[in-house]
Amino acid sequence: MTRVLIRGGRLLDPASGLDEVGDLLVEDGRIAAAGGQLDGRAAEVIEAAGAWVAPGFVDLHTHLREPGQEYKEDIASGGRAAAAGGFTTIACMANTQPVNDDPATTDFILDRARQDSPVRVYPVAAATRGLEGKVMTEMVALVGAGAVAFSDDGRTIMDAGVMRRVLAYSRLVGAPVIAHCEDRCLVGEGVVNEGPCSTRLGLPGNPAIAETVMVERDILLAELTGAHLHVAHVSVAGAVEAIRRARERGVNVTAEVTPHHLALTDEETLGFDTHTKVAPPLRSAADVAACRAGLVDGTLDAIATDHAPHAVHEKDQEFTVAPPGMIGLETAVAVVLDLVREGLLSPLELVRRLSTNPARILRRPGGSLARGEPADVVIVDPDRRWTYDPAKGFSKSRNSPWAGKALQGRAIATLVAGRTVYDADRGVLVP
Amino acid sequence: MIGRDLLGIEDLERVDIERILDTAERMREIGQREVKKVPTLRGRTIVNLFFESSTRTRASFEIAGKRLSADVINFSPSTSSLKKQESILDTARTLDAMDLDAVIVRHAVAGVPKRIADELEAPVINAGDGAHEHPTQALLDLLTVRQEKGRIDGLTVAIVGDILHSRVARSNIYGFSKLGAEVRVAAPPTMLPAAVETLGVKAFTSLREALDGADVVMALRIQSERLTGSYFPSVREYSATFGLDRGKLRYAKDGAIVMHPGPVNRGVELSPDLADHRPSVILDQVRNGVAIRMAVLYLFAGRRRRPGLVAEAPKGGSAA
Amino acid sequence: MSRAEHPPASLAPAGEPTGTAGGHPVLDDKGIRRALMRIAHEIVERNEDAESVYLVAIPNGGVPLARQLARNLREISGVEPMVGVLDTTLYRDDLQTTSERPALRATEMPSAVDERVVILVDDVVKTGRTIRAAMDALMDFGRPRMVQVVGLVDRGHRELPIKLDYVGKNVPTNPGEVVRLQGRAGGLEPPLEVVVVPAAAEGRP
Repeated sequence: MTRVLIRGGRLLDPASGLDEVGDLLVEDGRIAAAGGQLDGRAAEVIEAAGAWVAPGFVDLHTHLREPGQEYKEDIASGGRAAAAGGFTTIACMANTQPVNDDPATTDFILDRARQDSPVRVYPVAAATRGLEGKVMTEMVALVGAGAVAFSDDGRTIMDAGVMRRVLAYSRLVGAPVIAHCEDRCLVGEGVVNEGPCSTRLGLPGNPAIAETVMVERDILLAELTGAHLHVAHVSVAGAVEAIRRARERGVNVTAEVTPHHLALTDEETLGFDTHTKVAPPLRSAADVAACRAGLVDGTLDAIATDHAPHAVHEKDQEFTVAPPGMIGLETAVAVVLDLVREGLLSPLELVRRLSTNPARILRRPGGSLARGEPADVVIVDPDRRWTYDPAKGFSKSRNSPWAGKALQGRAIATLVAGRTVYDADRGVLVP
Repeated sequence: MIGRDLLGIEDLERVDIERILDTAERMREIGQREVKKVPTLRGRTIVNLFFESSTRTRASFEIAGKRLSADVINFSPSTSSLKKQESILDTARTLDAMDLDAVIVRHAVAGVPKRIADELEAPVINAGDGAHEHPTQALLDLLTVRQEKGRIDGLTVAIVGDILHSRVARSNIYGFSKLGAEVRVAAPPTMLPAAVETLGVKAFTSLREALDGADVVMALRIQSERLTGSYFPSVREYSATFGLDRGKLRYAKDGAIVMHPGPVNRGVELSPDLADHRPSVILDQVRNGVAIRMAVLYLFAGRRRRPGLVAEAPKGGSAA
Repeated sequence: MSRAEHPPASLAPAGEPTGTAGGHPVLDDKGIRRALMRIAHEIVERNEDAESVYLVAIPNGGVPLARQLARNLREISGVEPMVGVLDTTLYRDDLQTTSERPALRATEMPSAVDERVVILVDDVVKTGRTIRAAMDALMDFGRPRMVQVVGLVDRGHRELPIKLDYVGKNVPTNPGEVVRLQGRAGGLEPPLEVVVVPAAAEGRP
């Protein structure tokens, strides 16, 4: 039997409410005991004094770009970036080339993940064929091949009739439909948040209402069909409010928010830096405040990175031409720790949103340190100061607005099924 | 020293704007001589890097450079995405390796001159980037008004037209405000930018109200694509509600002048009568355009960034 | 345009420093007037055709001097010559090396220069480069019959073969010193005087 003892850290288990300094014992890849002083005989010992010990983080929303755009990222490098960021599970979106809209592609992704990724990878399959928003995909077959959710992310299903049927059909497999909510007609050519900044920049604006309108629509459709709607990357106050009201009346809706939408406003775009170009765009200070409040009061269930790698030459184009998106797996923890530092969330509640809730939404194991659970664990040093240099990171891409910035807080060890896959001193260890 | 580049009016102080205007006044006199040339920029090389075509602005810069005895090269890379050979930055870097004294950039997308300026040693002059800024246009407009009215402080300036898509409007808003004028914008609601008041202007959807008490009326060019139904239903309706003619001009102050960056769509923004006669000062604007561009070239050309001298912000990615 | 201040965040013009930072006078107002009267007589003596004389002042100092000379010539000969103002900044030979751009001054040439006897008027002549620039500028205006030069003060240290036809006063100086014409309160209102200021006191580079 292989035993691992993680000693002396602050144990944070949202599933049970455990928040105290103690030991964590892992046997044969599963949690054996959590709390108190445990017997470390014949165990590999990991010292965690001064650090947090939590269930490994689960990222609902990443783009791994494989198959088709491996120059930006692939499952191996994305998996490594995830491990370095403290994530033990990631879900990857379907807007690859070819689109993941059939079981063979889903299979391919899982196969690659098994071979190359140090962390667990769950494919999110397309909701409609080719992401065209017209014909739904074979959800039963896709779930059979291993897909955990459905999403046309990157695009919105503009035809309400199609969206209704997608939601209704998803009940057959009990998988969430993850919606990228942006009314394309209201967005137009918008590339930055519509407001004082877009006016000063002279760039086409993307109004907040484009998101709210679509969130409202999809909530009503979810209510009608009884499906599980999960709203991706919420960025505006109107959407947060709509989700809050929907939950009050019992609609089965969950939602996620990205670290960048919790930390950065549209003022970041004022220098035309394409690393601040993202979809949905960085929003006003009031929207950021609303998203933070929504995360705190539970309206927004989870933090998801929307890790979106793009090559240097792609980002180094005119602002209207550069593809939107930023990488985020390796900086997420440092950025969202600000919420704890500002007293908005306790460490336990932050972990709930990074781990427990996302696992629940995906209906996968994770987010818990209960006995018998797979030992997916992250050890976080919340105070460690470091400077982020994406060139030295594990992602193949470098498109981050935090490049060169001083950050505070970092995963110092990541374990999947009891095996250390990442360690801050030695880097990624597996495969 | 404000900086090596002229990227926009937003970054300039009042004293800098006045300096450029005063210098341009001196340059005007050269245009009245027989030999319209001075040797000041002899041996300097200036490139017009126009990604968006424009005969007027480019010719104006070319004449300005030549009057200062500079060598002026015109470079118009094809911007069709099908034929895109070199990226914008590759083109700019190649030119920079030729030790230029100024690069004048026009592009259909906002922010490109700044990106080029971050990359180059040579000074960059923005000749218009998307809907963002067109500093030399605003400067020549300011000079024209200063000549006509003797001052800018205390004047009321009304800018009429598609403000949303207009770099001329933005640069003029900054310029006239910094020099003490009250600036108004008038447009149909679909053509007013979001939160435009944050720029320090009063916004109107009624032309009559905007013109009431105005000393200067500036009509902007409407692009035909905008008038085919999406922002405004038709040319006819636009010219009836926002087009200027002598009748509507009576809402403005006596002696108000009429301006237009050109070229004028006669019958749309301005009636033909107004376009070609006083109180329109369009030809003075053009004349002042050469003087302003001579002043800008005099003040900015040749001031290459010397390595190690100025601390630069990290390129390509620095947020809060 | 304020020349006494150099606002830090702007296109600071590299004009001459003004102000009253000490310096000792080498020519007072009375001395200047006497010199200008004597020069006027010399001009009349050398140029029989009074009508062809065209005084061209090099700003800023040359302007009040040329105007006074014009009045003197009218008093002496009954003919008041035309006075033009010719800024030479754009013809300077040192613009390639400086990174600061000097402020431009007005140019007003009310008459054509062709076939005229142009008499350039400058306040202080040192290297001769300003006069050289003025001649280049004049050539762009036309073809004078003859060019003569008035310098109120000749302080020597020529770098070009330029000679003065009419001199108010020869003042030997060190090259680092500043010699300037100044009037009341730092401008050019009378009473005028010419002062020599040691370089260090001015704070010039």
